[in-house]
Amino acid sequence: MTLSALIFILVAGGLLAWMADRRRPGSAKWVALATAGIEFLLTIWLWLQPAGALAFPPHGGWLAETRAEWIPRFGVSFHLAMDETSLILVMLTAFLGMVSVACSWTEIQERAGFFYFNLLWTLAGAVGVFLALDLFLFFFFWELMLVPMYFLIAIWGHENRRYASIKFFIFAEGSGLFMLVAILALVFVHYRSTGILTFDYFELLNTAMSPSTGLWIMLGFFIAFAVKTPIVPLHVWLPDAHTEAPTAGSVILAGVLLKTGAYGLLRFVVPLFPDAALQFAPVAMALGATGVLYGAFLAFAQTDLKRLVAYTSVSHLGFVVLGIFAWNPWSLGGAVMQMIAHGISTGALFVIAGILQERTHTRDMRRFEGLWSVMPRLAATGLFFAIATLGLPGMGNFVGEFLILMGLYRASSVLASVAAVAFVASVVYALALVQKTFHGENTHGWQLPDLSGREMATLYTMAAITLWLGLYPQPVLDAAPDIASRPPAIAAAHGEENTE
Amino acid sequence: MNPLPSAPYSNLMALSPLILLAGSAVVVMLAAAFYRHPRPVMMLTLAGLALSFASLFLPRGIGSRQATALLVLDTYALFFIGLIFAATFVVAMLCYRYFGGSESRHEALYILLLLAALGGGTLVASSHFVSFLLGLELLSISLFALIAYPRFTERPLEAGIKYLILAGFSSGLLLFGMALVYAQLGTMQFAKIGTMLAGPHQALELYGMAGLALIVAGVAFKLALVPFHMWTPDVYEGAPAPITALVATVSKGAMLALLLRYFLMAGAHQSQSIAFALSLVAVMTILAGNLLALLQDNIKRILAYSSIAQLGYLLVGFLAFGAMGAEAVAYYLAAYFVTMLGAFGVVTVLSEGAPKQDSDLLADYAGLFWRRPWLAGVFTAMLLSLAGIPLTMGFIGKFYVLAAAISASLWLPVIVLVIGSAISLYYYLRIIAAMYASDSNTDHDKKISPAVPASLAESITLAALTGLLIGLGIYPSLLIPPLEAMAAQVAELAQYPILAYVPWNANDSKS
Repeated sequence: MTLSALIFILVAGGLLAWMADRRRPGSAKWVALATAGIEFLLTIWLWLQPAGALAFPPHGGWLAETRAEWIPRFGVSFHLAMDETSLILVMLTAFLGMVSVACSWTEIQERAGFFYFNLLWTLAGAVGVFLALDLFLFFFFWELMLVPMYFLIAIWGHENRRYASIKFFIFAEGSGLFMLVAILALVFVHYRSTGILTFDYFELLNTAMSPSTGLWIMLGFFIAFAVKTPIVPLHVWLPDAHTEAPTAGSVILAGVLLKTGAYGLLRFVVPLFPDAALQFAPVAMALGATGVLYGAFLAFAQTDLKRLVAYTSVSHLGFVVLGIFAWNPWSLGGAVMQMIAHGISTGALFVIAGILQERTHTRDMRRFEGLWSVMPRLAATGLFFAIATLGLPGMGNFVGEFLILMGLYRASSVLASVAAVAFVASVVYALALVQKTFHGENTHGWQLPDLSGREMATLYTMAAITLWLGLYPQPVLDAAPDIASRPPAIAAAHGEENTE
Repeated sequence: MNPLPSAPYSNLMALSPLILLAGSAVVVMLAAAFYRHPRPVMMLTLAGLALSFASLFLPRGIGSRQATALLVLDTYALFFIGLIFAATFVVAMLCYRYFGGSESRHEALYILLLLAALGGGTLVASSHFVSFLLGLELLSISLFALIAYPRFTERPLEAGIKYLILAGFSSGLLLFGMALVYAQLGTMQFAKIGTMLAGPHQALELYGMAGLALIVAGVAFKLALVPFHMWTPDVYEGAPAPITALVATVSKGAMLALLLRYFLMAGAHQSQSIAFALSLVAVMTILAGNLLALLQDNIKRILAYSSIAQLGYLLVGFLAFGAMGAEAVAYYLAAYFVTMLGAFGVVTVLSEGAPKQDSDLLADYAGLFWRRPWLAGVFTAMLLSLAGIPLTMGFIGKFYVLAAAISASLWLPVIVLVIGSAISLYYYLRIIAAMYASDSNTDHDKKISPAVPASLAESITLAALTGLLIGLGIYPSLLIPPLEAMAAQVAELAQYPILAYVPWNANDSKS
């Protein structure tokens, strides 16, 4: 019940925000903030539950489960379940939901009701993706979160919004269709061998199939997740979408939507196709390492602040892909950590970019310079998150990247050394960002108000979380190794890889 | 299969939907002759359609399926007759204000609508070449007149003549094909053709094959499958918007249902070459429809190419054959009906302020969401359904078709379907992006024809269609059980082991 509530609160909140704004303009943001807040409190409550109280026997490690018949004809059920990883990602979603409402507070003036409706529905779709354990349901949410996101970019985006939104939608939706075909192929392979038509995750685990079939079906899933994550040759939609989206859209895109791709790799690609994934792992890891370097180098070359941050996402998510395909407790812990830490730190950088754009109406870093003297608080938080992004010890990102490299070294020392180069590149782009934007003389004569109370509350909370993740990462790390040991078949399959 | 020697009475009962509809066409004609006011005539039309629709639920208990050698009224026929009558009902609702409401004399339109529905109903129930041709001509001839109904305007006339010539041509092909099949086999009953071909060492010879190919070509004209699709955009653009909806739904849906029945009963799909040709046609239809739609700036033309592509998707489900294929086709057609009626319904409502020409340019839709949010919302839902996005029937339909095709291992059509759908997103999003664009403010409003608010009937119709679209998109299980029963029945009707194609049924009997 709680799990359905996690989705329906957001759905209902979105409708309520839209209606409220028709009655009383300006009330939508309060409704949206309350909705995201309730969602967040609910996840905290779930987090605080003693693990034994909610766990149910058949599939160890799951905290809660809901199941109801939906389309019996196809063996589709409304099946939600939550383990530690989903819980922590839903928490991240709810938290970034509050952040994105807060950072749209004054930015969104026109059609606010419809804006918050779309925002909350995107979040609802993402929460659904993190919780669904029926492949049909998963696909349903996967596609569903795209439509409101499309509207967020297309209506409230910046100059080039039409192009960016259509590109985003076609990439995400087109790749999703390949996943649909792969899901159906998997289901029918399962049907032919067992005579049971089902879309249930647990039933489809350990489906027997020939290696080549497994590889093809896995590739169908992989394409969809690779577009979303993004993995390098399929990342081209990302810089445009992130740059043109309104601040809240960028925060949700970077913080939540990219995580759905990585989560898909973690939850579906490897567990459903352990053999094919093992076979494919070298390619995927090579692509991940390419992404790490490519994103970092392109980030350095950008002059558009949001575009720079967007490319850092490509780099950081490359680490996540490496961590997932190395598949050992260290790298997986690191991958989950990196997902959370990246969500917070990149989200914060987008919030900062949004604040600057709202005040200066530009994102061009060549026009900033010397903002430290004008807005010291903003500049200080900018510096803080820039060094968090480059992976300074003591911040969450460091823990994630360090653990990934440690785990990766056991799988492939070459790739680990290649990925480690990115630490240098990320220092370069992060410091370049700080220097170009905040240091130097205020040659353009900017006169801008510093952070308001609302903005301070948002950014300082995010900074505190980044520090907490860096100094006491254990709660997040606890969420991950669980996966490595379950189901046993996969751990065994990857045991071989680890010994190489 | 021998026609059941059923009593005339139960035959009449079984045929009651078609008889009632024919009767109401006569009543409406008489009413229009003596009392020339559109409103009562429209009311009578709607009542006739509703009555015939209600009578669909009668014959089921009697169990008589084969009513005369010509028509078979099984659940398959009843489902599609229901769909056609419901679609005609919606079109009639949309026509009233579009054609001028109570001030214009457009009573004859309703008679034609009823006849078109009757033709469609005959088509989906026919099990014999004679009833096939009869239904087809009834439908086509009503459509010529309907398309060219605003006879003082240029574009509808042009469209009507185009349709007349091509429909005549395709009927000619069909007739010739039927004659060739008859020449080889000496029967015109679908079931008998099937029985003959199912016998050992029996197959269509050259004549029969040529005949089958000609029949498929003739039907492909009506369905606007790719090498025979040229007429569609022009006719869609020229015809009055509600009539376009009728052409897109009733005419195409009835033809496809008939073709599927013919293939299943007469065993045509066992011919490898025909199956191969059809999958080639499906691939070309999907690609050509979607690619050509990218080039259009006119909403009706975009929808025309989109409907070509949609028929291509349907054909992929069709190629799966067997119970699963029939089920997928039936669901997808239902989704397609709702979606196309809704989309052209919006075009109809928007066109009411424009006497000369329908509001069908992309520019007419710029910023629509901020001027008329409900209409734009309905249109968005319809376009998303065409694109196959969740929460809509279109998504479930596409899922169904893909499931059927994958269970039959039709990989090439499946991949093309996926690519086609990805391409199609662009032109649907173009329309959506235009509707939600905020930069078209005051100066545009003057150019755009004065907005006529939707009448109550139109609002209810569009709301009902949207409700259906989303309701059955979220909870398709309401529609699936009857479809499942229907598909099982139509697969049973076939005289040869098509069940071997689909291992699907084994499961159903178990569970």
